[in-house]
Amino acid sequence: MTDTLAENGEARIIAAILAGQKDLFHDLIRPYERHVYVMTFAILKNEADAEEVTQEAFLKAWRALASFRAEARFSTWLVSIALNEARGRLRRKNQAPTDSIDETHEDGTPHVSPALLRDWREIPSEMLERAEVRSLLRAAIDNLPLIYREIFLLRDLEELSVNECAATLGISVSAAKVRLHRARLLLQKDLAPQLKHLNPKRRWFPWS
Amino acid sequence: MVIDCKHVWDAISGYLDNTLAPEVREVVQKHLEHCSICSAVLDSTRNILILTADDRVFELPAGFSERLHARLDEEMQASSSP
Repeated sequence: MTDTLAENGEARIIAAILAGQKDLFHDLIRPYERHVYVMTFAILKNEADAEEVTQEAFLKAWRALASFRAEARFSTWLVSIALNEARGRLRRKNQAPTDSIDETHEDGTPHVSPALLRDWREIPSEMLERAEVRSLLRAAIDNLPLIYREIFLLRDLEELSVNECAATLGISVSAAKVRLHRARLLLQKDLAPQLKHLNPKRRWFPWS
Repeated sequence: MVIDCKHVWDAISGYLDNTLAPEVREVVQKHLEHCSICSAVLDSTRNILILTADDRVFELPAGFSERLHARLDEEMQASSSP
């Protein structure tokens, strides 16, 4: 699989960096810049903070590169560093009171019921060209409580396995599955009714 | 075994990740075949996950990459090895 090829390539690059070819670090991280930024942005909800925390995370990764162990995926290692940095920033800014309240209710949260629809016409990804659709999606992610936002980002954006998500978050696999399920249904519940109104067959020509 | 819609909703995420026990998956699959509401819930959830995970949803600030690599360069100059 290409994943394995990429990982072999990464292992070689990391060995070369540690042997003194420092500049290769730029190439090593280039494929992950965006992901790390998106994750820190979704957690911190602020562009300037997310950019700074992303830089900090990559600097940390640079300083700690010798301690990276090849049994972990480089991307997973990087993501845990970024997640810790973002959480630390959030704590320092003391922005988390509502989120931590959600956390205490984790087991008591009633079932999340999805938005019920009789049929679903697929929203094509071309719809993302519309700023309005993008901001709808961002707002829905923003509205997720932190514990659900984190697992959604790790699993569905970073594409970590459920086991890797659990390990990264320091929770059990079954807790990870429950959180992920709630996160996904909360997004469906919030977004399905809104997106359904955006009939992909209809076109807007604001300039006409 | 017959299950009601509520149980199918609880299994949506596991169904998408293919982590349901085979016997549960089979029951869910059967239900989905004849229940238009649950099928729509499944399809919309899958579609929404694809859309929200798209790279275009979050834009990088202008100059983000340049600033990141410049800062890394400063750090790398300052230290002899990682």
